[in-house]
Amino acid sequence: MVGITVNGRKVEAPDNWTFLSAVESIGLRVPTLCHHPCVADSGTCGICLVEEEVTGRLITACNTPVEEGKSIFLDTERVLEARALLLQLIFSSHPVHCEVCESNNSCKLRKLAIEAGITGREFPYRQDYRPVVDANPFYLRDLSKCISCGLCVRACQQVQGVGTYEFQQHGSAARPATVIDSDLDSSVCEFCGLCVSICPVGALIEKPSLHQGIEEKTVVTTCPYCGVGCSIGLHIRENRIIGAGAGVPDSVNNYSLCVKGRFGLDFVDHPDRLKKPLVRRGGELVEATWDEAMTEVAERLKAVRDESGPDSIAFLSSAKATNEENYILQKLARVLIGTNNVDHCARL
Amino acid sequence: MTNSIADIGEADVIMLTGSNTTENHPVIAERIKQAALSGRTKLLIIDPRELGLSRFATMHLKPRPGTDVAWINGMAAVVLNEGLQDGEFIAERCEGFQEFEQPLSEYTLEKVEAITGIAASDLVEAARLYGKAERASIFYAMGITQHVNGTGNVKALANLALLCGNLGKAGAGINPLRGQNNVQGACDVGALPDFFPGYQRVDDPDANKKFSEAWGVTLPSQPGLSLMEIMEGAREGEIRALYIMGENPMVTDPDVRHVGEALTSVDFLVVQDIFLTETAALADVVLPGACFAEKEGTFTNTERRVQRVRKAVEPPGEAREDHIILAALAERLGSPGPSLKPDEIMEEIASLVPSYAGIRHNRLNKGGLQWPCPDIDHPGTPILHVGRFSKGKASFNPVDYLPSIEPPDEEYPFVLTTGRILYHYHSGSMSRRSHNLEEKVSAGRVDINPEDARRLGLREGDGVRLASRRGDLISHAHISSRQPPGSIFATFHFSEETANLLTNPALDPVSKIPDLKVCAIKVERWERGE
Ligand code: SF4
Ligand code: SF4
Repeated sequence: MVGITVNGRKVEAPDNWTFLSAVESIGLRVPTLCHHPCVADSGTCGICLVEEEVTGRLITACNTPVEEGKSIFLDTERVLEARALLLQLIFSSHPVHCEVCESNNSCKLRKLAIEAGITGREFPYRQDYRPVVDANPFYLRDLSKCISCGLCVRACQQVQGVGTYEFQQHGSAARPATVIDSDLDSSVCEFCGLCVSICPVGALIEKPSLHQGIEEKTVVTTCPYCGVGCSIGLHIRENRIIGAGAGVPDSVNNYSLCVKGRFGLDFVDHPDRLKKPLVRRGGELVEATWDEAMTEVAERLKAVRDESGPDSIAFLSSAKATNEENYILQKLARVLIGTNNVDHCARL
Repeated sequence: MTNSIADIGEADVIMLTGSNTTENHPVIAERIKQAALSGRTKLLIIDPRELGLSRFATMHLKPRPGTDVAWINGMAAVVLNEGLQDGEFIAERCEGFQEFEQPLSEYTLEKVEAITGIAASDLVEAARLYGKAERASIFYAMGITQHVNGTGNVKALANLALLCGNLGKAGAGINPLRGQNNVQGACDVGALPDFFPGYQRVDDPDANKKFSEAWGVTLPSQPGLSLMEIMEGAREGEIRALYIMGENPMVTDPDVRHVGEALTSVDFLVVQDIFLTETAALADVVLPGACFAEKEGTFTNTERRVQRVRKAVEPPGEAREDHIILAALAERLGSPGPSLKPDEIMEEIASLVPSYAGIRHNRLNKGGLQWPCPDIDHPGTPILHVGRFSKGKASFNPVDYLPSIEPPDEEYPFVLTTGRILYHYHSGSMSRRSHNLEEKVSAGRVDINPEDARRLGLREGDGVRLASRRGDLISHAHISSRQPPGSIFATFHFSEETANLLTNPALDPVSKIPDLKVCAIKVERWERGE
């Protein structure tokens, strides 16, 4: 452990921590832009500046390791001025069509600008226009808005282990591109959506959530697809799932999901969902009331059991249903019908 | 899984076999990649196909499909020859070592090479990699279990792990990757013909007495029929009524033509589902259920973690939560009890299943709990078998290699293996109704090696006809050097061309798992419009 001082307050931090983690551990905050807990820090954007007391140096908190005896201050005038300048530099090539940008209220850059009291551009605007690329069903890339923070590049390499992007061109023109600058659809991208979910601006945007509005609530649940059991936050608006995200604390998947968990939940409000019980009449399945349908099920099961015994009835339960439902179905088979003929497709 | 997803990165060596993890368990694949990228963990892949994870692997051996017991035993033999076994662990915690050790000497390097096609030197290297590691984990999936001798494959892997003392510590273990989101849970709570909830046998008099008392009736003590036996029983008229909740055997079961026959033979078929699936279309009564986002409950993942499912939206129209449908049926069948809410159902499960005894919905809000969780204060069990096995000592189970029951021959010269792709899931009843996923991939394809393709005059995207002794299908060829020569890979998500038109319903005698991974087929060009 090393002892440091933050805004005059003593903090004990493990040796391998950065100043940022130490600050956050006591509930204080340093604004960041190119930092995300799921990837290694690069210190690219410089937004997380703090001032070192003795030397007066401004250091980036996200990638500077704590050092015994160091004392830092978070919101000194010099820090605030330097941060505002960095933001202004970003805005010199970042469009400010915030009201029509899908990122809008979730844009980190915009929040930082508001915090820093920035109301207009101080430097001349150097537009760096790039066409929007969207040849895939899942997300679009609008690199005119890219601030070259490198989060998508790092996330895809370090977390996803795919390496879809690398930086092409240099300096302020640097933009993440696929290997031969191909469409994502023909790149190695697996459409897990991690890069999209951590893009701090509107350069990467989920397509299915476009124009769906802002969620009213987020409900944390478990992915219905595979046995990994990722935790998913469902974004709900007007009784519809308008998006899904990860980052649930204590989850098996941290910030990750695969393409099915993040983008494959729209089956929930598919128009083909069954909305009424159906019973077969004259060879056709026709709509019925619950009472009719349930009476038919119960009466015919009872009739078969009375004629041919309980073991002439079988139940298939479901590896997609909940534990509680599976439990009730097998109990019903065993107790009310009297058969152990109950199985599911565990083996498939 | 004996171990947890969280300790993947603590392994020195991960041995992965019979799992196309990047496509089937993507987020676990991601963890394996991170471990390999960290430089701390070496990845050893043993699988016939070139995989997405192959480029992260230290070694990738490619055995012939269906020869797993031979290479696993061969590896065990090398471990013993070179003295890499964990003698202390074997002496203190295992039994049956001698019976296991003796027949192993038959698995000479030459013999194993002849059966599996794995070069002797590669097998030795792989055995050293696994055997010398302080912490080595084994990951496997359906490529190991979906065989006529799947149980043998699993036992052979367990023997290897015991031999090297790779159980009961972080970064080790035997880790089957379960397919569907709640396969683990469905088994745990007794959706099995031979087990009550908690793997308590129906024919064990004590267990039977316990459940009979708890549920207030005398319960049948004869194990029931398994899925495949139910289908057979239906065809033969023994099963007259079938109630299917949320399954689509018309797409997922082997030999779907026979399944179709079975489902149309029964006098009464009820299907409870969220869509009019291929199976529901055959039903006499279809009951509209609720999907995961419309109900409360729990799923148990592949690492035994019981996690919450929460209601986020209302079911559409008159669709109802499945436990409510079942309660309504129970009432009509004369159930005396009140209908329970999901959290109350979990309390009942906890009262009957010792490993769930400490599970309550309100305890699952911070990342869930891994069973065994024997009491209400228990923090859950991330790693099984630490210090001791629940039944005292673990046994070695000698297993012998049995050749596949349907080897390729002159008429059917290719080996077919089946599986999933990243963008779809199982029967496709959910994923194929995801507009996003269906836009990305909307048709099946069969992977074929470039040499085989050249011989058959096939180019990328050409129509192909695959035929087995049971049926045939038309699809499109995808030419891929990832596919080993002499073998074909096909998916089963797409009902119009499900590979299960071809597969073999022969069952593993113990697990009753059908042989979905190895069957003999022939392949030919198929002209469009024919
Ligand atoms: S979606 Fe996933 S795989 Fe594709 S570029 Fe982003 S992080 Fe990489
Ligand atoms: S998000 Fe992907 S990896 Fe995670 S549980 Fe769902 S299907 Fe599996």
